[in-house]
Amino acid sequence: MANLKDKNLISITDYSKEEYLEILKIAAEFEKNPKQEILKDKVVASIFFEPSTRTRLSFESAASMLGAKVIGFSNPAATSQSKGESLHDTIKMLSSYSDIIVMRHPREGAARYASEVASVPVINAGDGANQHPTQCMLDLYSILKTQGKLENLQITLVGDLKYGRTVHSLVQAMCNFNATFHLVSPNELKLPSSVKMHIKKANLEYHQYTDLNDVIPFSDIIYMTRIQRERFSDPLEYEKVKDSYILDAATLKGCKETMRILHPLPRVNEISVDVDKTPNAYYFEQARNGVYVRQALIAAILGIK
Amino acid sequence: MTNISKEKLVVSAIENGTVIDHIPANKVLKVINILGLEAYEDEVLIGINLNSQKYGKKGIIKVRNKYFEQNDLNKIALVAPNATLIVIKNYEVIEKKCVEIPDTIEKIVKCINPNCITNQETIDTKFRVIEKNPLKIQCHYCEKTMTNIRFSE
Repeated sequence: MANLKDKNLISITDYSKEEYLEILKIAAEFEKNPKQEILKDKVVASIFFEPSTRTRLSFESAASMLGAKVIGFSNPAATSQSKGESLHDTIKMLSSYSDIIVMRHPREGAARYASEVASVPVINAGDGANQHPTQCMLDLYSILKTQGKLENLQITLVGDLKYGRTVHSLVQAMCNFNATFHLVSPNELKLPSSVKMHIKKANLEYHQYTDLNDVIPFSDIIYMTRIQRERFSDPLEYEKVKDSYILDAATLKGCKETMRILHPLPRVNEISVDVDKTPNAYYFEQARNGVYVRQALIAAILGIK
Repeated sequence: MTNISKEKLVVSAIENGTVIDHIPANKVLKVINILGLEAYEDEVLIGINLNSQKYGKKGIIKVRNKYFEQNDLNKIALVAPNATLIVIKNYEVIEKKCVEIPDTIEKIVKCINPNCITNQETIDTKFRVIEKNPLKIQCHYCEKTMTNIRFSE
């Protein structure tokens, strides 16, 4: 059994396949019994240097359900950072007030740095455009739960594959499980070669498409992301492709019965509301899974599970 | 007359100090800059476009009364991967060191990502070398990979 006590989670590559599986196993236990007072004497610092609704509340809810005290802030304007205090000093101080730090920061690399400064373990809740490993863990959990396995799946990723950090992390993680990747995006937003490199290194297959309809019949998972106007240098290009990556109930015709649609949320219009009622929609359950996965991470890193 | 003795005529010998040989001819001024030798107060002798049997053209720098640390050696390796450092004492060669691009590069390189935490806080940078030739490095903090190397000021 993997021992995760005091192990920081900064990047998805920090954990091994066995360690992911351990977290998913503990998350499944919490799903059955989410309210357990096992962290009654623990303090979780939840520090968000930029706004976040889902991730912050999910972490705070996870910690509270386990009986931990949650301290922290969600608005750096109300902290000494606004007075010019360095991240170094803020983290040093918080280390002596808490047993574990959950941090989101707008700068890339801030979480890794915090983990080197802190005397308590750090969980990265997002560092700029770099990593968001707990999102990836909950994506894995959702895939496992809906498919009953992680191995040998047809994983389709749709939309902004170039900038979407959740997509990059998921590809890296799924490389451990013999996945076949189907990459659907406009040419401007293809998966970067540095991420494709992971697939090649793992000796796995990927296929690229520009038409979403091509992948519907065989996908086990369709992971949707939003295409943002600001990613296009030419607004006409955006106008041309913006509606090609919208999933609606009609598009789903002919999909596998067991296929499930995931989305890191918030969605804008890339999944029509008529999909919500289909048995394939899983994105709201996926968000709920975040609580169990974060309970598992906090408990395992604190050495309680 | 051998190449070595010709070279001695061009760039005279030093009694004590370090000779940095086999620098790519077009990187000599960069090496001077990286090592901060513009501000060095003792003699620095420079040769550019000297003939080299191995490399065709090369550069050489002789720094009187100066011995370099490992960290400086690493800095040189990034622009002059084939450079040799020759330690001279009383006109004798005491030691020859080959430089090699290390597996990690600390402090001397700046991350090109303007949003990297190392460009906001006072942090010693750290990079993992992914490929040595051509050089590709990854920031330990923001995880961005880069092929353009920018040295810290």
